Amino acid sequence: MLNRISNHFDYRLQVINLRAARQEVLATNIANADTPNYKARDIDFAAQLKRLQSGEGSFSMNQTHAGHLAPRGVSAAGAIAKYRDAVQPSIDGNTVDMNVEMARFTNNAIRYQADLGFMQSQISGLKSAISGQ
Amino acid sequence: MSINSVFEIASSAMTAQSKRLNVVASNLANVDSAASSTGGAYKAKQVVFTAVPIGRDKTAIGVRVERVIEDPSPPRLQFDPNHPLADARGFVTFPNVDPVEEMVNMISASRAYQTNAEVMNAAKTMALRTLSLLQS
Repeated sequence: MLNRISNHFDYRLQVINLRAARQEVLATNIANADTPNYKARDIDFAAQLKRLQSGEGSFSMNQTHAGHLAPRGVSAAGAIAKYRDAVQPSIDGNTVDMNVEMARFTNNAIRYQADLGFMQSQISGLKSAISGQ
Repeated sequence: MSINSVFEIASSAMTAQSKRLNVVASNLANVDSAASSTGGAYKAKQVVFTAVPIGRDKTAIGVRVERVIEDPSPPRLQFDPNHPLADARGFVTFPNVDPVEEMVNMISASRAYQTNAEVMNAAKTMALRTLSLLQS
């Protein structure tokens, strides 16, 4: 029974985790706006969520030997951050575009909060179902 | 947790930008220092940023000031034979600080600092909102 309750939250949990991972990547871009040769990265949210839903799960490779290299660009949530095409690449090799970054950062933060709101209404819905009349 | 590393990323950027602001302040303060403790005129300094991974997470990358370099451009020569530091031809060597460049650097650093403070604020709001789920 409890298993079903946790399944009820699974999808929203995946979405929130992915949003948080993307927030981290975007914060990294903003922090490195002045670092020479830094390349901006982003998580393709739709593609990642589809992957998680289809049960392929996290895109992590197992390291079974001490000499194995760690996969790069894979966050703790298993999301893959890919390099983004630069709108205005600068001469020092940096591809961070501040306007784009700020827009996406704010957008992602709002969507994260919206997801939390949905989660909250799921919780209260479940609660009212449990308590009955 | 991802939101927590946002704090670390933004704070590393704020530290790096404040170091840059520090260097700008030194340069502007010493714009007329013809003599320095190392002998000769003061040389303008610039910071070099580099990206550093934070923790074990591969997507969290902060910033660090890798090193502080001295500007290799030639010093500014001013003709002033009465100056105690004037050379045989009457020229005084002044620092190679370009005030215009430093002002631009200063504005850029302070804007970047503000942006990262904003990032930290957004992360704080998100974290607090997440914690408020406990009350529902």
